[in-house]
Amino acid sequence: MAGIRFRSIRKVFGKTIAANDVSLEIKDGEFMVLLGPSGCGKTTLLRCLAGLEHVDGGRVFIGERDVTDLAPRDRKIAMVFQSYAVFPHLTVFDNIAFGLKMQGRPRDEIKRRVEEGAALLELSDFLKRYPAQLSGGQRQRVAVARAIVMQAAVLLMDEPLSNLDALLRLQMRAELKRLHQEIKATTIYVTHDQVEALSLGDRIAVMQNGRIVQCDAPMSIYDYPANKFVGGFIGTPPMNFLPGVVRASDGKTTAVVGESHIAPSAALASTLSAKNGQPILLGIRPENLTLAPTQQANTIRARVLVVEPLGSHKLLTMQVGAEISKVSVAPDQRVAPKDDVWLHFDPDKIRWMDAATGDAISSMV
Amino acid sequence: MQSSLSRQYIFSRVLLYGAAILLALWTLAPLYLVALAAFSTKQATFQWPKPLLPTDFSTDTMEFFVNTKGVLSSVGNSVIVALVTIVASLVLGAPGGYALARFRFRGKDAISLGLLISKMFPTAILSIPLAVAFMQMDLYDTIWGVALVHTAMALPFVIIVTSGIFVGVPRDLEEAAQTLGCNRIQAFLRVVLPLALPGLAAAAIFTFVISWNEVFAATILTLRNRTLPAQVLSSLNDSPLYYRYAGGFFMIIPALIFIFLIRRYLLNLWGNIVR
Repeated sequence: MAGIRFRSIRKVFGKTIAANDVSLEIKDGEFMVLLGPSGCGKTTLLRCLAGLEHVDGGRVFIGERDVTDLAPRDRKIAMVFQSYAVFPHLTVFDNIAFGLKMQGRPRDEIKRRVEEGAALLELSDFLKRYPAQLSGGQRQRVAVARAIVMQAAVLLMDEPLSNLDALLRLQMRAELKRLHQEIKATTIYVTHDQVEALSLGDRIAVMQNGRIVQCDAPMSIYDYPANKFVGGFIGTPPMNFLPGVVRASDGKTTAVVGESHIAPSAALASTLSAKNGQPILLGIRPENLTLAPTQQANTIRARVLVVEPLGSHKLLTMQVGAEISKVSVAPDQRVAPKDDVWLHFDPDKIRWMDAATGDAISSMV
Repeated sequence: MQSSLSRQYIFSRVLLYGAAILLALWTLAPLYLVALAAFSTKQATFQWPKPLLPTDFSTDTMEFFVNTKGVLSSVGNSVIVALVTIVASLVLGAPGGYALARFRFRGKDAISLGLLISKMFPTAILSIPLAVAFMQMDLYDTIWGVALVHTAMALPFVIIVTSGIFVGVPRDLEEAAQTLGCNRIQAFLRVVLPLALPGLAAAAIFTFVISWNEVFAATILTLRNRTLPAQVLSSLNDSPLYYRYAGGFFMIIPALIFIFLIRRYLLNLWGNIVR
């Protein structure tokens, strides 16, 4: 087991900068998720760690060793590929044993470790089969088993669940989490699915355009996104953003949104007052908006457009001024399309973002 | 309405099968007649009207052919030349195919095109200057010279076909092998080669058939150490009819057998390996 350090990694493909001066530290035994949309550079970073790509700048450290110039086989890693890359000409047993055989381990040790790994992933009945005789989910488990029996310092996973159907994905997510709790390997997990990231990661590194935008524990990212992109990317449905203007007068600071005034929490009032007159974005999650029967402090007028009863809650699509917002309410809330309501903002849950840069405004600067 | 629909359907099926049968007959009929003549007595070949059924089955003609002076040794030469051609063209061509499949480099498209264009060059024009060059190099009238020419002829084909085969083996598999402790060569030998083997075998057999049937260069470049096609060609004008039938049949056989065996793999030749 070892920690990992990326130091100013730079990787260019032709004219595209896939990794733009990326630095990241991953603790020993941590489950780190690299999250981001397609093309953000997360897979590139993983492959640079694996040694499958040469970095154009920067160094990669596994533990204390500088592995930047080492071939994949010398880095003591194990990797699960998005396409599983299970060898079609070998049985499940030989697939799982492949890495151990390359290490020259004795026969009985290989047998023992393969059987342990297969049991961990419920493949014990399939050891003599060939990959063509397995389902997609089973092949994926073979790929995972093949990686974990290596007992490598670092486990790398490149979107291993993306080729599975929804139900299987749900099951395997829980399986992977359980597996990590058992084997406690330092794991780097690449995905574009933010639900997977929230569920599996000890920390999430959100990437965009070759840079890490925010790296923190899942709930910290969820509650305190660093900018508009992160707020909109994490959480289903995404965070709502309403434009407003800061008005500071008589020692009171509010944001003017349409005809309403929304007051910030006390902690942020002073920071916001410095932005008097500037445009601002109010970020608020659908579950932190509530319907109020009449106009109160911190409410905004809105019209219900669509009501989606989703079982555990109702998802409302609202027209707020010129914006469309989503609100999540209790399943028994009485509401119908074309209703005019007042939306209440919990000041502690509002995430204020600079309208120009999209960055979050925080009281700790 | 329904009956006319099914009549139309039947009509189109009849047309389809009729065309298929005609096409098959076009190829098989001459083969059948040659085989028939090769296994009849000498007299049967001079009969008219020609019997369409093997009434006079005998192995006389074939025996005569096989025992003619020079035939068996030329068969041996053909086999050696073909085997050397296969080994040389695979050893030289497969790495080239791998490079075309896996790497991006400047001039890649130009090279592929160049390989194809080189096949267009007529062997007839090439053979005579080649004979002169071989005489100067002491390669004339040796089977090694013929093997060299056959390898040169087969190489573009082998490179392009093996490149298609290697493209059919996913790059992921090699990378996975590398993360599991292989260097590039081990990854190639343990993962890519086993998966490419059916396709490579088909390419090898195809090369064998090309070399076995090649008559022009072999005839011009040899005098005494002839390959079978060269031998038959040179004695064709002086030989009786039944000899020609027997010779023709004897030369077709290997090609027939091999193509029959690799029928299944012909699809894989173009990179369609089933995962």
